[in-house]
Amino acid sequence: MSHDAQVYVRSQTEFEYIKQKRRKDMRNQITTFGIMIFLTLISFTAVAADFSVYLIVPVILLLAAIQVVLQLYYFMHMSEKNHQVVAFFLYSAVMLAFTFILTFLTIIWWG
Amino acid sequence: MSSIAKKKGFGATIWDYLTTVDHKKIAVMYLAAGGLFFVIGGIEAMLIRIQLAQPDNDFVSAGLFNEIITMHGTTMIFLAAMPILFGFMNAVMPLQIGARDVAFPFLNALGFWLFLFGGIFLNLSWFMGGAPDAGWTSYASLSLASPGHGIDFYALGLQIAGAGTYIGGINFLVTIINMRAPGMTYMRMPLFTWTTFVASALILFAFPPLTIGLFFLILDRMFGGNFFDHTMGGNTIIWEHLFWIFGHPEVYILILPAFGIFSEIFALFSRKRLFGYSSMVFATVLIGFLGFMVWAHHMFTVGLGPTANAIFAVATMAIAVPTGMKIFNWLLTIWGGSIKVTTPMLYALGFIPSFVAGGVTGIMQAAAPLDYQLHDSYFIVAHFHYVIVGGVVLAILAAVHLYWPLMFNQMLSEKLGKWTFWFFFIGFHLTFFIQHFLGLMGMPRRVFTFGANQGWDLFNLISSIGAAFMAVGVIILVVNIIITVVKNVPAGNDPWEDGRTLEWAIPQPVPFYNFKQTPLVRGLDTFWIEKQEGNKVGMTYAEPLSDIHMPNNSFIPFVMTLGLFIAAFGALYHGEKDWAIPVLVLGIAITVGSMAVRSIKDDHGFHIHKEDLMNDKGGK
Repeated sequence: MSHDAQVYVRSQTEFEYIKQKRRKDMRNQITTFGIMIFLTLISFTAVAADFSVYLIVPVILLLAAIQVVLQLYYFMHMSEKNHQVVAFFLYSAVMLAFTFILTFLTIIWWG
Repeated sequence: MSSIAKKKGFGATIWDYLTTVDHKKIAVMYLAAGGLFFVIGGIEAMLIRIQLAQPDNDFVSAGLFNEIITMHGTTMIFLAAMPILFGFMNAVMPLQIGARDVAFPFLNALGFWLFLFGGIFLNLSWFMGGAPDAGWTSYASLSLASPGHGIDFYALGLQIAGAGTYIGGINFLVTIINMRAPGMTYMRMPLFTWTTFVASALILFAFPPLTIGLFFLILDRMFGGNFFDHTMGGNTIIWEHLFWIFGHPEVYILILPAFGIFSEIFALFSRKRLFGYSSMVFATVLIGFLGFMVWAHHMFTVGLGPTANAIFAVATMAIAVPTGMKIFNWLLTIWGGSIKVTTPMLYALGFIPSFVAGGVTGIMQAAAPLDYQLHDSYFIVAHFHYVIVGGVVLAILAAVHLYWPLMFNQMLSEKLGKWTFWFFFIGFHLTFFIQHFLGLMGMPRRVFTFGANQGWDLFNLISSIGAAFMAVGVIILVVNIIITVVKNVPAGNDPWEDGRTLEWAIPQPVPFYNFKQTPLVRGLDTFWIEKQEGNKVGMTYAEPLSDIHMPNNSFIPFVMTLGLFIAAFGALYHGEKDWAIPVLVLGIAITVGSMAVRSIKDDHGFHIHKEDLMNDKGGK
């Protein structure tokens, strides 16, 4: 890498653009945070309201999956550019984990 | 640290290696340590073959025989084959992609020390009450019942060594994703880099199941857990699944880099572009993917049911397709090439028929009904030695000859190299080909002796004679290495004269910063393109000469590992000795303490200045 000093001055338009983008990011983050709290509330309410276990478990699992996606995309920045490789490895891992769990369920514990 | 090299004393050199973060020195240490374990594993193999050379032999006892076969398998896979391949990956891959080092040099050193200490810990079992004796697969019911501390050494040692491998794998992934030189697109990466990449991805996904399995085993044996004990509600089959979810990708972690090495050799010594480059990349990725979908083919006889067996049988057979693509691509690379039969090329030519034979028997076993006949017989032993020795070990021996001038600036003797090849190659087929028939005649694997006059006597003797041939081959290689090191004739760069990829373009001996200026990659086989265009320096540069940022050496990886090594003794003697818990705590404290030091202390590395690079020493 070159380490000769380089000074780069942003133009006014670039500055405005970045400012706007950051504002949008912040709004997204707070919205996501709100949604996540709401999802958590639903899970707690479902348990507190004493619904059937067969309802509670799938609902909580579903909400958990949504939370994970929101977490990855908005808090861990996967929605931004240049995250294809990370996404590729993450989805590969999800797929493999799914295969392993499916096999464990079908041929060890249920079979 | 000064960027001007001084002549070093012996102690200073040792200290340099203990603290180094340079990928080339770490590569040398991987090669040396892996080579040592290869010899230990080889001696164990010789003991096995001596014991089995004649019927009703009592050269070793049954218990000792179990320890020897377990340690032979474990050592060869975890402590010899994988580290030696890691050595070549470390030495060659950063040079192939035009990087100054791997992405995390500190972690690279940490990975090496973890592997070494794990390996030493495992082998200490020989002197501390007996080695593990439940086979390298260490199936849970058997390993839980094993008396003594052998299995504890296995579980703890592999846990430490496995952490090292995992760290190394992540390091290679990040390096290849982020540190390629300008112009080095994914589809211009040499095949060895590609296979390193896919093998590292396999490490990333395959080692966590092993880690979990080993932790369960550690808890069951040392801390009163019941994961695998069915009388307490556990399930012994879970170990088999976890082990093979790791274990099957593991064999591809070994064979893919071997494929990469042979791809380089075929192109180099056929003096021709690798045939079907993109299909080779595709096949590599596909093998990596399918490698995760087939683990239960090791467990056909467990009783998974016909549906599961059928699914895993079909998935297994599918792997033959991308592997076949590779074989044909190699043949077509040689076809019409201007072939030079050097020692590495000889290994590559020997590899094709050997590996195909191993692959074909693999497909036979993939047929679940036939596997019921072959399971736990010598046919299986013959099969996996055909793929691992015929594939991985031939690749390692080829790479030793191929990359020796790159790593040490010396050429191994071609004449002795060819002697090694013929002894090893003939010995290999003599040892293992006949074992197919021993298996078909009903000889079970992992038996310490056999009765006379069952028709097995002569075949076992022939097999043992073959093993002696292989030993002679390895001894000639060691002699060759000693002679070469003593003579110390500089080889210069591009010693094979037909180097195609970037690593051969670098001046010898390779400067510790690798590239004075980062190269610009203008296509597949960069160096070849430059040579064709008459470029004397062999590289087009992507940047002007400027300061180079380098990491400082560090002793912390060694200390961090030492902590885990000490802690492992505490865990091992838990519930038996009073000092166990204090030692466990002390060891973990050392590790956590050195992690804290690493985190808190800022280490920004140093710069090699442009002026130093421009003088005649070139910053050395």
